[in-house]
Amino acid sequence: MMKKEVKIPPIKEGIAIDHLPKNRAIKVAQILDVGREEDGMVTIGMNLQSNKLGSKDVLKIEGRDLTDKEINKIAIIAPDATVSFIKNYEVEEKIKVRLPKKIEGIVRCSNPRCITRSQDMKTKFIAVSKKPIQIRCHYCERLMNEEDIEIL
Amino acid sequence: MKSFKKRHIISIHDFTKEDIIRILEASFRIEKQGKVGGARNLLRGKVLANLFFEPSTRTMFSFATAMEKLGGSVLSFADMTATSIKKGESLKDTIKILSGYSDVIVIRHPEEGAARYASECSSVPVLNAGDGANQHPTQTFLDLFTIKKTQRHITDLRVAMVGDLKYGRTVHSLAYALSLFNCSLHLVSPPELRMPEEIKKMVADNGCTFFEHEKIEDVLDKVDVLYSCRIQKERFFDQIEYEKVKNAFIITKNMLKNVKPNFVLMHPLPRINEISTDVDKSPHAVYFDQAKNGVPVRQALLALTLGAIK
Repeated sequence: MMKKEVKIPPIKEGIAIDHLPKNRAIKVAQILDVGREEDGMVTIGMNLQSNKLGSKDVLKIEGRDLTDKEINKIAIIAPDATVSFIKNYEVEEKIKVRLPKKIEGIVRCSNPRCITRSQDMKTKFIAVSKKPIQIRCHYCERLMNEEDIEIL
Repeated sequence: MKSFKKRHIISIHDFTKEDIIRILEASFRIEKQGKVGGARNLLRGKVLANLFFEPSTRTMFSFATAMEKLGGSVLSFADMTATSIKKGESLKDTIKILSGYSDVIVIRHPEEGAARYASECSSVPVLNAGDGANQHPTQTFLDLFTIKKTQRHITDLRVAMVGDLKYGRTVHSLAYALSLFNCSLHLVSPPELRMPEEIKKMVADNGCTFFEHEKIEDVLDKVDVLYSCRIQKERFFDQIEYEKVKNAFIITKNMLKNVKPNFVLMHPLPRINEISTDVDKSPHAVYFDQAKNGVPVRQALLALTLGAIK
């Protein structure tokens, strides 16, 4: 029998974000502001083998729940990610993130001349394509690719 | 069909082919009525706030003329430095206050997206008179009006666009609008100032064919309309390169010898040297009429958004 190797230790309660593209886990951890008071053990797995993605990243945060806004933020930089909500070492719920059609107050517009950069207002984007990710600023109409996306 | 009453005029992308046809028809109607004095009281008692955060001659004056010709009055800044904006007032507050004083707001602003944001802060219709390099929809409508006036229709035409196709907002919007009418586009520019892929994709998605060229001579005698625009010096790192390119796209009277009889030469103005002044008297030169057409088109847009006509 093949020995199953445990690379990422299980957590009792919290969230496990799987199927992140290679080298994206640190960015996701930054977006989720990992290291807050309530966070327990945080495990970041990078370049793990994946049948689907070839290699992938994983992020587990003990003691953490996620808001819809945070899930949307993950969807923008990792559209294939899954989030498992864990209770008593069991997966209570598993969801696949979904790129929202309207993205409000999450992304900064990459256009330095966009009105959202000078006024005290919420940014708004419309998702144009999921693969590759392309979003359009509702105000200045600038089309942004994955590399232009900066999460607020 | 969506009514125009209380509708904001922000971006060409907000308009369907049917909307554009209706705006052009209304413009022709207003122009005709205006000649017999029939549109004089259409907007009597209405006030337009002309909010120009950036200098403009044609657009600002043609909006003011349009409003006054319909019997309305115009509020405008005499001097930006004397306003609260200089004191740091937010755009939101400025628009909120002015929408309390006026029935329609016309805005030009250097920042892209400013007009869309203004429309969200305003209780009255907002008309975009140019937001940075983004949109200038009333220019597109007057360009289409000029094409229709000279060609009698805007479908199935061959239209050449010449000059800076990379940064020129007027050509981006016009290319999109013409693609709704099955026109074929001939894009003439230096390689470094080609039409952006994004616009070409949009045009192709609308089923329109386009061709790219580097010389005006390749298209001049084949097209119905040639839309020339300025190549801006500040777009070039290398000034020698700029001088070379600039002089490769000058249209002179001699070049128009073999154009089609219905051929027209358009330009959004101001021109620097793209069209030599000896072309001005040619029957093919319509750029001054084009600027004049801004009045009936803006009259129509004001009357439509204020619900005075349908």
